[in-house]
Amino acid sequence: MRINKNIAISDMGFVFNPVNGESYSVNPIGVEIINLLKEDKSYEEIKATILNNYSTDETTFEKDYFDFTNLLLHLNLTETEDEKNN
Amino acid sequence: MEKQRYERPIIKKLETGMPNKFGMRTEYAPMTQIDGVSVKELIKEYGSPLFVISESTIRSTIKKAKKAFTTRYPKVQFAWSYKTNYLDAVCKVFHQEGSWAEVVSGFEYKKAIANGVSGKKIIFNGPDKSEDDLRMAIENESLIHIDHLDELYTILELTDVINKRPKVAIRVNMDTGIYPMWDRFGFNYENGQAWDALNKIMRSGKLELMGLHSHIGTFMLSASAYAVAASKLADLAIGIEQKYNHTIKYIDMGGGFASKNTLKGSYLPGFDVTPSFDDFAEAITTTLLNSNFKNSELPTLILETGRALIDEAGYLLGSVVANKRTSSGKRNTIIDVGVNILFTSFWYDHKITPAQPFTHYTETTQIYGPLCMNIDVIRENIDLPLLNKGDHFVIHTVGAYNMTQWMQFITLRPNVVMIDSNSKVHLIRERESMETFSSLEKVPEHLKKFEL
Ligand SMILES: Cc1ncc(COP(=O)(O)O)c(C=O)c1O
Repeated sequence: MRINKNIAISDMGFVFNPVNGESYSVNPIGVEIINLLKEDKSYEEIKATILNNYSTDETTFEKDYFDFTNLLLHLNLTETEDEKNN
Repeated sequence: MEKQRYERPIIKKLETGMPNKFGMRTEYAPMTQIDGVSVKELIKEYGSPLFVISESTIRSTIKKAKKAFTTRYPKVQFAWSYKTNYLDAVCKVFHQEGSWAEVVSGFEYKKAIANGVSGKKIIFNGPDKSEDDLRMAIENESLIHIDHLDELYTILELTDVINKRPKVAIRVNMDTGIYPMWDRFGFNYENGQAWDALNKIMRSGKLELMGLHSHIGTFMLSASAYAVAASKLADLAIGIEQKYNHTIKYIDMGGGFASKNTLKGSYLPGFDVTPSFDDFAEAITTTLLNSNFKNSELPTLILETGRALIDEAGYLLGSVVANKRTSSGKRNTIIDVGVNILFTSFWYDHKITPAQPFTHYTETTQIYGPLCMNIDVIRENIDLPLLNKGDHFVIHTVGAYNMTQWMQFITLRPNVVMIDSNSKVHLIRERESMETFSSLEKVPEHLKKFEL
């Protein structure tokens, strides 16, 4: 999964999508994940980082992570595999 | 290095020019304790869900209500409306504070007697009093509030076999400008039924007409409706005085004062819109003082206030079972509290506060219970901080009607504890067990065995 290149994200959790002009607010852990995604980190790497920094367990994070990334996809903030291959 | 508290990642669309109601978040701080007792410890010790009643809140609320009336009127008597919450410990706090008992069934009547309330201080309302109930009430010299003519005739017949003069009042219903008008109970004022019933009582010579009663509705948001009701009851009392030279001892204004809950669909939170005890007291007492009672014959003012006295003293603690999303992407949170134990969620948007620290991020969430039924929704749309599975929360203002109208459905009813004024926790109703139910059921002999 990859965040669209033109998406801007501030440290404060403000996300702007210039394609449709929509803006979003993201909580700090969300910012951290989006930034890791922007760096092309794999799910395994992201999981390791989060589990290292936060008091949570693998199952909880896995569930929340896929919920979150599905939402990013739904909001057109990520590229699908097809788009990436183009 | 200590790890940071985990919160699930969220993303929320920003809608310009559309702050949530009043541009405010719903919650600012977690509720980690109630009257000095940790919520987490309470759940650990007594399980989840758990009803918690604050004794000091009950006491301070009834004191406030009493003060509002007694500073304006010389003779005031509160009677605790048992149906609102008849856990014995709760009733006894009210009785210690000087409240009589107001009951509406033989079951409640016996509960009041068992709680040690003298028969003379029990007000017996309700349309369904059996002959045995009436007999008991007459023997104990309780105040019987007659609901319909059939009841009046039954009481008159009983005077032939019981050597006591029944103490009675009638329940009067009336138009107070409130819609819908409650005209199912008692005798109507406008069409003359009430006056007619009073004449029947006086002419029988067998009953002691003690007072007049009305209960104009529940969760009343208008104090002025009580002024209308008080003036109509005063009219009837003065009519009786003039015609029979009989002085009525009390006027009972019933219950109905709104609590601080927020009605479903209401834009403003209940805290901001419900009249205060002072508002209700001012409307009622001014009307009585300005009516034509002779000063020496001012009737005692009885109040059967229910929900406004107990709602805020009750909390329901619970835990998050799971988080989900609907097919349309909406956040759903499942909790271990269903509408079967939180009956009032059909009427109110109950305030819910997480019981552990949270950040300022929120998500619009639908909260539903564990009942596997579509109606089992506690809050349809609440802007809630992010809760994880296993997190605890506090539902506020649940003291009225939930612990009497709760239903046993697919789960067992939970423990109820009371926290006393010294922060000591007392179990006041034990959670139900399998035995509670198996002890009531009987299986016919031929159904006892089967093979699968
Ligand atoms: C006769 C009577 N009195 C008092 C009450 C208590 O009413 P509330 O809880 O609205 O104060 C009720 C409730 O229905 C009632 O029927």
